Amino acid sequence: MTSTQIKEARPAPAKEQADPPANRRPLALRVRDWLTAFSFTVPALVLFALFVLTPILYALYVSFFNWGGFGAPSDFAGGDNYSRLLDDPVFLGDLWRGLLLVLLSVGLQLPFALAMAVLLNQKVRGRAVYRMLFFAPYVLSEVITGVLFAMIFAPDEGLADRVLGAVGLDHVGGLWFADQDWVLPTLFLVMMWKYFGFHMMLYLAGLQGIPAELHEAARIDGANAWQRFRAITLPLLGPTIRISVFLSVIGAIQLFDLVWVTTQGGPDHHSETMAVTLFQFGFKRYQIGYASAISIAMFLISLVFALAYQRFVLRRDTEGALTTMRGNR
Amino acid sequence: MSGLSHTARRRLRSTPLYVTLWLVGVLMVTPILYALVSGFKSTDQLSQNPFGLPSPWNVSNYTDILADSAFWRMLGSSTLIAVGTTVLTVGTAALAAFGLARFAFKGREVMFTLFTVGLMFPFAVAILPLFVLLRTFGLLDNPWGVILPQAAFGLPMTIVILRGFFREIPGELEEAATLDGCSPLGFFWRILLPMARPALGTVSVLAIVASWNNFLLPLLVFSEPTWWTIPVGVQQFQGQYSSDTARIFAYLVLSMAPALAFYAVAERQLIGGITMGATKG
Repeated sequence: MTSTQIKEARPAPAKEQADPPANRRPLALRVRDWLTAFSFTVPALVLFALFVLTPILYALYVSFFNWGGFGAPSDFAGGDNYSRLLDDPVFLGDLWRGLLLVLLSVGLQLPFALAMAVLLNQKVRGRAVYRMLFFAPYVLSEVITGVLFAMIFAPDEGLADRVLGAVGLDHVGGLWFADQDWVLPTLFLVMMWKYFGFHMMLYLAGLQGIPAELHEAARIDGANAWQRFRAITLPLLGPTIRISVFLSVIGAIQLFDLVWVTTQGGPDHHSETMAVTLFQFGFKRYQIGYASAISIAMFLISLVFALAYQRFVLRRDTEGALTTMRGNR
Repeated sequence: MSGLSHTARRRLRSTPLYVTLWLVGVLMVTPILYALVSGFKSTDQLSQNPFGLPSPWNVSNYTDILADSAFWRMLGSSTLIAVGTTVLTVGTAALAAFGLARFAFKGREVMFTLFTVGLMFPFAVAILPLFVLLRTFGLLDNPWGVILPQAAFGLPMTIVILRGFFREIPGELEEAATLDGCSPLGFFWRILLPMARPALGTVSVLAIVASWNNFLLPLLVFSEPTWWTIPVGVQQFQGQYSSDTARIFAYLVLSMAPALAFYAVAERQLIGGITMGATKG
């Protein structure tokens, strides 16, 4: 007993699959060892299967029916819900708005977060305070953030319009969340307020990993700050940046709370996201089949994006940058 | 090299840096500060005097909320649900991470991949069938209806982080423990978990924050106010007192206070957690 346990209890080397020596042991022993190892994963597996996998499979099933949510789904609809999806201007708009938010995030939020990280990576007075302050909104819920900014951007009465009015820029201010053209940029501003500190923290962690000697050597060779940033910081921060882009996209795909408490997707769908559309059809209009098709579409978009991103973008990052597992890359 | 002294030149060069940081700092803090100060005004005062300090200072907005048992009940259920979720997530994830980190067994990679794929599932994807499922189980208007799914969705991240940590603990330690007659479970409970305390702290903090801020699930599960959590309460309050702006500001400030206080205490774990989550997950 003891000898097999020692063998079995050894930590699994990272790249080794089920160990070949195990195959030479009697079947009963192998089964028993397998059960020992497996039994540790059972509680998590049950929880995961019941509340994550089952719902997703169930959504897949329901998405082929027209169903109001009560009784068993019986009105089989084939692929109708999916073809309706591709003709639905709101859903297609969701995709477009999601893309826009991702582009804004990659084009503005992440560079800004990076700039702040670089600034705060130096010896600056009050550095710890700034870091703490910039990251603080991340711990607030999107609901609190949303309600706060819905009031700050309230037309005329809110702080934003009052400040602009006070400095004579009345014409710049406006309806914010209530304006079809302004709602998405306003939403993005709020997202940036809440989330840039998160990305900044990732970058700061990445910057700590860049040896100071590299900068020192480049400085001695006469490279200026910008050249050092381009030639050292940016490339060495590559893995972190790629992860932060990934998280931005996943965040945009599932954006719900913030939109729901500020605009509920309006005015006239101009801030609607996939999750909001899903909620509208699922819990307001009781078209569960169609809403399920939306959730499956969301799932596929996340999955395809994640797999493609790992295959084509994260591939070159060192082992361990995303996960230590090969199966996932 | 001539003219200004070294320190003076350095100070001059860093001025734009400080101005930038200060400006960003002001933009970050203004909304919260504005809410805090506005909470001390009456709504009339707020519309006539939006920028100045309150005169007179009006504490009734804050005291009314604090005197209302509904606010404390909300705080209580948020806490209970966060603690329940965290214990369940971290407990089951630690066991699973132990199994996945310290044993080589058939199907291990498949199982781990299954969990990591879960990292990419937006919560919203499952919300509809989850609701149907919870209704079938009779878990609506029941805290378990929020705790169980939250714990399940928290598993992937927690397992990935803990597994990475467990693998770094040297195998010799386990061999020694086994020779001394320690069963795998004994090793896990008496040696591995105490050693993993920092990692456990980190994943617990992540789980608490995620649960504390979750909105969609408690919104759907709790139709009765009995179990409303803070985000649900905030949204309801906003709807109920939509014209009483100052009161909503006070409510917001009191609602964000616990999260900010928690952040002040657990800053290290939280930041360690998000960077670990991003690099390992």
